[in-house]
This record gives sequence, C-alpha cells and structure tokens, in this order.
Amino acid sequence: MAAIETLEIISPGIMTSVQDLGRYGYGRFGVAPSGALDSFALRIANLLVGNSEDQACLETMLLGPGIKVLTDVVIAVTGGNLQPSRNKQPIEMWRSHAFKKDDILSFGNTVNGFRAYIAVAGGIGVPRVMGSRSTNLPSVLGGHHGRTLKKEDILACNEPRGPMSDTGRVFNPDWIPQYSDKWKLRVVPGPQDDHFPDGSWDTFFDGTYTMSQDSDRTGIRLEGPEIRCKPDVEASIVSEGVIAGSIQIPGDGRPIIILGETVTGGYRKIATVISADLPLLGQIKPGDGIQFEALSLDEAHLALQEMEERINNFKRKIN
Amino acid sequence: MPHDTPIFRLMGDRSLLVELGNEISPSVNQRVQELFVALDMHKVDGVKDLVPSYRSLLVIYDPLLISASDLEHKIDGLYQGLDHAQLPAPRTIEIPIVYGGEQGPDLESVAQYHHITPQEVIEYHTRPTYRVYMIGFTPGYPYLGEVPDAISTPRRETPRILVPKGSVGIALKQTGIYSVDSPGGWQIIGWTPVNLFDPQAQPPSLLMMGDRVRFQAISAQEASRWQP
Repeated sequence: MAAIETLEIISPGIMTSVQDLGRYGYGRFGVAPSGALDSFALRIANLLVGNSEDQACLETMLLGPGIKVLTDVVIAVTGGNLQPSRNKQPIEMWRSHAFKKDDILSFGNTVNGFRAYIAVAGGIGVPRVMGSRSTNLPSVLGGHHGRTLKKEDILACNEPRGPMSDTGRVFNPDWIPQYSDKWKLRVVPGPQDDHFPDGSWDTFFDGTYTMSQDSDRTGIRLEGPEIRCKPDVEASIVSEGVIAGSIQIPGDGRPIIILGETVTGGYRKIATVISADLPLLGQIKPGDGIQFEALSLDEAHLALQEMEERINNFKRKIN
Repeated sequence: MPHDTPIFRLMGDRSLLVELGNEISPSVNQRVQELFVALDMHKVDGVKDLVPSYRSLLVIYDPLLISASDLEHKIDGLYQGLDHAQLPAPRTIEIPIVYGGEQGPDLESVAQYHHITPQEVIEYHTRPTYRVYMIGFTPGYPYLGEVPDAISTPRRETPRILVPKGSVGIALKQTGIYSVDSPGGWQIIGWTPVNLFDPQAQPPSLLMMGDRVRFQAISAQEASRWQP
C-alpha cells in the first residue's frame, strides 16, 4: 500500500502518540501490549473514516496537538472532548469530516474526559513493529520512532479504502460514552483475592478513591482508604504476568490500576477491571473520583457483549 | 514441587493465571515452560498472548472467542499429558561482563555487605550456570537464578531513576541484565556489551525462558572491541 504524507505536526500537545489496538503475542519476550487506552474510542474513530477498526490513530491527552493536513483526507475525532476545531471553527466529535489540503486541526481545553483519538482515512502509516503500530514509550519502540510526536514531524497515511464519500458518518449519540468526574469501575475479584481479609474488601468497595497526579500511561495511582492484606502473607509475591486493568496493592496499601505498559509484576492484585470498562481508564483524569463494584465472570461477559453489540450495530449501519 | 493439577486464578474477564507451584524452583519453572510450549504449539483459538513466569503462566484470551471454563478444560487436559512432552535440550549462552568501575557502581558495596573482596564477588557471580526463569519487566530482561548465598544481596533502598542498558544487577537470589534504559533497584555490579533485545529481530529477545546462561569476566578494553 502506498503511503502518502498526510499530517504535519505544528504543535505536539502534551502527549500525542501513534496507537492501535496493541501488541499481542510478544509477552513471552517481556513486551507489553501498549495500544490505545480508550480502545472503544479508537475503534469507532476508525470506523467513522472507513478504516478497519484496528488501524493506527493518534492518541492525545488534555491539550491536543496542532496538525496541518497535507492532502485532502477524511478525519474523525472521538473520545474525551478536547474541543477539536478545523481552521479555528469547532467541529463535531464522533463524526467524520472532510479536511482539505492546508486545513489545520487544533484543540482547545478539555471539556470532559482525558484522551481524544484522531483517525485518518487509511490509518497512520508507521511501520509495524512486532505486528503492531502502537508506540511503546517506556521501551522506545513502535509508533513514530518509539516516541511522542514533536513539532515538524510528518506522518504518512496509508491509501484510504474508500473515497471521500465517507464524510458525514455519525456515531449514534445515545451510544457515546458519558465522561464525568465520578466513575464507577466494574471489577472481577482476583487473582490474589484470597490474600485480603473481609474488612479490606469492605474498604475497597465502600470507599471512594481519587486519581493521583502521579499517574501516567503506565498506571493510575489512587488516593483513598488503604487496603491491607492478611497478616500472614508475604509483602510481595513471586513475579507473574499482568494485564491492563489489574489493581495492584503495594506495601503502602494504595491501589494502582495497571495500564498497558506493564508485562510482569510482583505486587498482589485484589481485582481486575472488566473488559467493557477498560476503555474508561483512558478517560479518567487526575482528581476524579472512582468507586469499584464487583461483578461475576458471567456478568462481565454480558457487559462486554453489550459493548460489542453496539459496535457491531454501528458496523452494520455504515456498510 | 509442581502441583498435581493447575490452580486457576481469574485475572479479570480476559486472562487466566495458571499457577503450577508455590515456590521458585527449577522443577516448578520447568513445568511452566512445558505447559507454555504445549499451549503455544496447540494454537488454541482465542488465545491472544502467553506470559510464562517463575511459577505461573498467564493466558490472555478473547472472551468473545473462548470461555474461561473451556480454556481451563483445555489447559487441564494439556497439563495431564505433559509428562510425555519433551522439551528440547536447553541452550547455553555465554555473556561477557565488565565488572565494577563506573558501569558496576555497586560491586564494592556488595563486597562490603558480605565482608569479601570485589574479586571474590566476581568469582562467585561467574561460577553458576544460571537458568532463565522468565523474561519480563522490560523487553528481553532475563530473570536468572540462582545467585550463590555468598553474594545474595537485597535491592538498593532507593532505586535508581536510570539504569543504563546492559547493566548487570543482583536482587537477593536473582541476577538480571537491564535490556533497555529503565529505572531500577537492583545492585549493579557490571555491564555487558551484548544486546539483549532487538525489536526488528525474530525472535526479538536474545534469551528465552528455559535457556541457560554463563557469565564471563572481561576487561573494559575487551568490551570495547566486542563484536556481536
């Protein structure tokens, strides 16, 4: 597929990187998945511009980038409302727009959520590394030279699958996630659920936690009631594989929700965020309140099927 | 001792932690390796990734393609058949290390901790044939064991913000090699010119779980002439 120079970064924003649905199959080599933190927003953004849902997009945070468009192309912005605009005129999110050569995509202040996703018809054309275009920032690999974008970076996009007629696609407004500053995250207890006494479970599920400023792409650190493990278990566990959404309880008792940049760890985990709520982890911002609710595996599966059904309905609508 | 039957722990609704033993031991770790190889060769539909570690195998799956109970059933079956599985003979990889100096800033303090000389630390560290128990933490980072008791040293009280790629560290009975620049708390006693991870190579990691590693002391001058 021919790659066409499509985007020029005029200002990089706080943290803008190339992400797709993540790098799987390399955990045995110590390679973490990385990938879009809000995978739901990325998938919809891709579908809006006529891409397959797993193409690479730009993920940006809090203060978005300024981007000059180098060729006529279809663009959609989804996720948190970072006030996207074209040539300083606000554009609607969760909808595809035709951009002309020399148009400028820029962002304002964050109205809600934390991260936005910019999909371009054809998908961001960086080379795949170990099967994925996602940027692994801690290990400096994948994406655009393994790093966040800088001023004057030029990004090529692959040739779009469809013509410019993909503009004007709109995601069903009822299905757009509502981002507030109070979150309820549903979890499945475990894997080390037997390491915590009854009192700690009450603390965990009754308490309200606050996302700490110290959080980053590797983990959401929480402030709030401390969680104690049973007195007869050791301070750390033997290192084992972990996944995004696992809630670690380190020695100080303050929970950390692991995101996609960690492959193994030696802290016990009280519970794991369900797949259907995983995309929300990309939209919680420092200072937001978080409560946890326990679900059974079957309930978690139902929630996931519900989310997938929405995506499938949308796919049927646009095809 | 490895468990007779695996213990399955839920890590959310899309991964299963399969525990095969309680402790860090070669026999438990070998069992993990056997199950990992068997499951990898079996190519179960819906399995997205496998992360083997000291005593467990994390199986990441797509819950829309396979259920946790079906997966448990398959893994149970494979585990019961493992006695017949033959792992290939382990590879032994020699890794040259420059001990001490600027690139091994904790060599002296490790020696002082055990009331021995830095040279004795080097002799103890190069003596064993180590087992690669797992690759983790960062891409290509090997967890090797076991370090002789005579030089087994706890982690630094304050981790370093940046440990350069190639640094060789000790944490109690474990020794490891930093595969990329990263933060770290292990006692750094040396450095290797060997590259442990190349994202463009297939496989990208020099070492795999189950490999054997021997360390060889070289001079800084030899390291500068070292060719991969």
